[in-house]
Amino acid sequence: MPDVMPDVIVLDAVSRVFPTDPPVRALRDVGLRIRRGDYVAIVGPSGSGKSTLLNTLGLLDRPTSGSYLLNGIETTALGDGARTRLRGREIGFVYQSFHLLPHRTVAENVMLAEVYGGHPRRHRRRRALEALELVGMSHRVDFPPGRLSGGERQRVAIARALMGEPALLLCDEPTGNLDSGNTEAVLDLFDGLHARGLTLLVITHEDEVSARAGRRVRISDGVLTEE
Amino acid sequence: MDIRDLWAEALAGVLARPVRSALTTLGTVLGITTLVITLGVAATAGNQIVGRFDELTATAITVEVPARPGGGPLVGWDSSAEVRRLRGVTSVSALAQTEESSNLRVTANDLVDPTRVTGQTLAVVAGDPELPRAARGRMVEGRFFDAGHVRRGDRVVVLGDQAARMLGVTRLTGAPAVFIEDRAYTVIGVLGGLGREQVLSTAVIVPPTTGAGLGLRNVTRVLVNTSLGAADLIARQAPVALSPNHHDELQVISPPTPKRARDGVQDDVNGLFLILGLVSLVVGAVGIANVTLVTVMERVSEIGLRRSLGAARRHIAAQFLLESTLIGMTGGVIGAGAGLVSVVAVSAAQRWTPVLDARLALAAPVAGALVGLLAGLYPALRAARMEPADALR
Ligand SMILES: Nc1ncnc2c1ncn2[C@@H]1O[C@H](COP(=O)(O)OP(=O)(O)OP(=O)(O)O)[C@@H](O)[C@H]1O
Ligand SMILES: [Mg+2]
Repeated sequence: MPDVMPDVIVLDAVSRVFPTDPPVRALRDVGLRIRRGDYVAIVGPSGSGKSTLLNTLGLLDRPTSGSYLLNGIETTALGDGARTRLRGREIGFVYQSFHLLPHRTVAENVMLAEVYGGHPRRHRRRRALEALELVGMSHRVDFPPGRLSGGERQRVAIARALMGEPALLLCDEPTGNLDSGNTEAVLDLFDGLHARGLTLLVITHEDEVSARAGRRVRISDGVLTEE
Repeated sequence: MDIRDLWAEALAGVLARPVRSALTTLGTVLGITTLVITLGVAATAGNQIVGRFDELTATAITVEVPARPGGGPLVGWDSSAEVRRLRGVTSVSALAQTEESSNLRVTANDLVDPTRVTGQTLAVVAGDPELPRAARGRMVEGRFFDAGHVRRGDRVVVLGDQAARMLGVTRLTGAPAVFIEDRAYTVIGVLGGLGREQVLSTAVIVPPTTGAGLGLRNVTRVLVNTSLGAADLIARQAPVALSPNHHDELQVISPPTPKRARDGVQDDVNGLFLILGLVSLVVGAVGIANVTLVTVMERVSEIGLRRSLGAARRHIAAQFLLESTLIGMTGGVIGAGAGLVSVVAVSAAQRWTPVLDARLALAAPVAGALVGLLAGLYPALRAARMEPADALR
């Protein structure tokens, strides 16, 4: 390959079978290549395997078979500890349900992203405030998440995901709990991040969301097809 | 992960649900309080009882002098001076009492009221002028006889306070007399408040020179008082001082060593309450384990989030362990405080000097922390074993 920088994601023949009775084949022979700076939407009906794919890409789950290179590193051969470190360093997550800790302030929630994995404590708050500024949440720094609107919460969660300067942002239905106005704001934010060169992968079933992405991938019954 | 971050996260976890955390500490508080009170009160009471032992018996030695048929006296009346010279002796007195002298007929010269029965059968004892001090008594009326009375062989007596009451001698004005076997003796004092040798309170005490006429020729007993801690040594030295050639014929009655008294007291008091405290601690541990497990189940998504942010299994385990340890330690601190306050209160109510062991105050929080740590083991393990993908579902 002529590229100096490896592709962010290279999936080859990845399958995930849940050993239930009968076994569920959530991913079947999935192949996917995502380059640095790509903005990809993954669409598909409920139960088609979108979250399973995202968990696999996020190193939260291991494929049953196949190969997954993240930034050129073969992840399926790595042990638990190495996968955890890689995850903390390279990947930011955004969830439909935000996952903000209710008893901590907005700034503390964002700072949580640097608690693990050997980040310095110095200037941590300053970096959190910068991330919050990026998502336009500087005015709610010391609020508890419970007093924020849904859109504001998701922006805080995105700030947290951006904290460790990840190579890849994985979002599972990031606008699933938001009205159209807030959805618009979050999508504008994604556009901005994409413009800054961040690699984005967004699961959604809303056309409005997938339309913004440069590339759309459909998954149904665990089978991936490019659109 | 920086250790300060671990502390901050655990502390935030405990403080996130303050009421629950407070209630969770209760079992540990109860257990530690019980243990601290038990050990503290036992130490205080034990010290108190030993203190009384010290004052009354731990410094009292009695040397019995057996009669020697045919031979001369084993101990002379002036031998007590030899004992007095020993280091650690505070007072010594020799006295004589025989079987014949124990049941003598004593009457008061009460001619005013012939209807009163004033004749009594009392013990007559001969003693030297040191007797009030050695018997730890005090003169209720009048005075004790002195060296002058002894030298002259004056016919004077001192009555024990009970004996005085039985004889109806209440005042010494007008120099009352008592009759021992129909011979008159002047009463010059009444001895009471005896700390040892209680028999003297119902006795008639005469000087040794006077007693010789009543069959009280030889010393039969020597009372020795020592300073604290000297009793063992003096018990060994006194017989030699009293009778250098025949010391092994003397019988020494010495107090038990104070250490044994203390041990005995604590053993009696502690057992049951110690078990009670330990049972409370176990109950407290089960409580912490239970609540921590519930907390883990409630915070599944938080665990998943932390894993997605790069937390390893050991980070998750460490946080929950530290949280339960903090709760246990808080219980220990509160329990130690409550226990020590209770010990002081009990001591104040009993007018005791509280004995507070600094090691106890330090060990209590450590014990509480240990309880919390043990209780947190299983929940922490459960939390660490969760698969991140499942936890985030
Ligand atoms: N841990 C598991 N054990 C067994 N089956 C599972 C497990 N997780 C997911 N599945 C199954 O795998 C299939 C894919 O699930 P997945 O969560 O990836 O769907 P999805 O596309 O995210 O759906 P949705 O849009 O509703 O979130 C489903 O049929 C689901 O029941
Ligand atoms: Mg899903």
